Amino acid sequence: MSISLFLEQVLNGLQFGVMLFLMSAGLTLVFGVMGLINLAHGSLYMIGAFAAAAIASWTGSFWLGLVASLMAAAIAGVIVEIVIIRRLYKRDHLDQVLATFALILLFSEAMRWIFGAFPLFLDVPEILSGTLSLPLGIEYSKYRMMIIVVGILIAVGLFSLISKTRLGVRIRAGESDREMIAALGVDISKLYTLVFALGAALAGLAGAMVGAIQSVEVGMGEPVLILAFVVIVIGGIGSIKGALVGAILVGLTDTLGRFLLPSFFKIFLNPSSATDIGSALSSMMIYILMAAVLIWKPSGLFGNNSK
Amino acid sequence: MIKENYFNIICIILLLSVPFLGLILDEPYYITLATKVVILAIAGAGLNLVLGYGGFVSFGHAAFFGIGGYVSGILASHALNYYPIIEWPFIIEGTTQMLIILPLAMLISGGFAFLIGMLCLRTSGVYFIMITLAFAQMVYYFAISWPAYGGEDGLSVYLRNNFPGLNTMDGFSFFSICFVLLIFVLFIISRIVNSNFGLALQSAKQNPERVAAVGIEPIKVQLIAFVISGAITGLAGALYTDLNRFVSPSVLSWHTSGEIMVFVILGGTARLFGPLVRCSIIYYLRTISWRHHRKLAVLVRIYLNYCSLVCKRWNYWDDS
Repeated sequence: MSISLFLEQVLNGLQFGVMLFLMSAGLTLVFGVMGLINLAHGSLYMIGAFAAAAIASWTGSFWLGLVASLMAAAIAGVIVEIVIIRRLYKRDHLDQVLATFALILLFSEAMRWIFGAFPLFLDVPEILSGTLSLPLGIEYSKYRMMIIVVGILIAVGLFSLISKTRLGVRIRAGESDREMIAALGVDISKLYTLVFALGAALAGLAGAMVGAIQSVEVGMGEPVLILAFVVIVIGGIGSIKGALVGAILVGLTDTLGRFLLPSFFKIFLNPSSATDIGSALSSMMIYILMAAVLIWKPSGLFGNNSK
Repeated sequence: MIKENYFNIICIILLLSVPFLGLILDEPYYITLATKVVILAIAGAGLNLVLGYGGFVSFGHAAFFGIGGYVSGILASHALNYYPIIEWPFIIEGTTQMLIILPLAMLISGGFAFLIGMLCLRTSGVYFIMITLAFAQMVYYFAISWPAYGGEDGLSVYLRNNFPGLNTMDGFSFFSICFVLLIFVLFIISRIVNSNFGLALQSAKQNPERVAAVGIEPIKVQLIAFVISGAITGLAGALYTDLNRFVSPSVLSWHTSGEIMVFVILGGTARLFGPLVRCSIIYYLRTISWRHHRKLAVLVRIYLNYCSLVCKRWNYWDDS
């Protein structure tokens, strides 16, 4: 095992983590600010991917597809928020889970109606195909590198949005005391719609970017949704910083676990059973990590204990 | 308002009428369907103990359901292949005897429930939901990637396990076994709920500090309830393997947890017959609509989801 192969896997883990961050940032904001468990977040991811694939094949431009994914997911988010989600904030978590679970069915069926059951494909644009030569002899896909860069830029942007701007102040205020901020004259329902749309747009973008690596199909959101929940629980609900750390941690654990564990077991076991045990254990690694974090810190790494 | 007891008796009669109808019309499928409903109702009854009476939402009961299922599948497949499970230090043979398999499935899934519960009960609320999910996913991925018992392809068992004096391959006999077990489980749960232990469990849901103040450790009570609940769900899992003569990792996936949870919540939490009612409604409606039109089936599912949200608010048979 060479150093460059190892570093390449680290980059893969980072790319996976950054993608999870885009997904979980919206989820953790919605959870922290509105106290809503939104299972339909994975559907917004799927909508983003479908919109990107449809627009990119129609116009021939990948970039227009990305813009379309942002727009489509944000618009879908706004509609869903106004029509359904808004009524759920005051209900208990079980009601929210049920209602948003029904939304998953609704969205999946709608996508199947519009685009059919076959997966769509999204092509990587000309400039980003091929590999990039990094120091230490690493050859790394340009497209995956772009995902990492975009993800980091968005993380920085979100941090400054939350900590520096007026909107961020309102979001944080809404998180800690919604009656008080409403009394101070902030239109809380408009703020909620905005936060929801922001989260939806990020999920849509994540869907579109991943759509070019995997295929775009109905039901692609569900596995990612579970992982995003794992991320926000590890990071602590409501914390953007927690989502970032959790996402990178989960991304690296998963990728490196799959890469390292089988060769680790080969040291003292025969190759075939080492591969078996290694692959069995590596697919459980994320959940072992999550259980360990929760046993050590019952409300996540950056969560506050009051919630 | 109907008195709950009368309502329960009507439910049992309606449930029994389906397989009899199947016998009369010579439609074995109805019997299989009713058996499936009964088995899932057992799982729901198990979850109801922690979710309804104990008040903590476990999203990981698929683990116990699947473990029970795999215990049954593994024992039976070893017995059918005449290949012992372990040969050293002593030989353990597989078996196809239901009277051995079912208690063993309950014991093993109860054991897992003890381990998982001990770690999970330190957290509460959303974190509890997620950590139980995490453990269920661990078991799920383990089953998928462990090749010895079929891995992702699952494990086929060619014959149903035996029960003394009955031919289990006959749909109606197997239904009767499951039905008797369901009634037995419901009876046990009703006894538990009204016992001192059950009262402690229900008060721990309302106010753990007070329960602690009168000298009962809430965690201990909850852990015992979690173990019992896991064991009952494991029993249902073992029966489910027998029904399908097949067990695969899909019974361990989070969809199973969600489905069992939906039965409990929508049937009315902390109602003895709640899971049974809801489970029958869902399965019969789904099957009927599926036979006619696929799109209709999805609409029915969505409609049921929302419909039950309304029901939950309206609390249709809540006489308290």
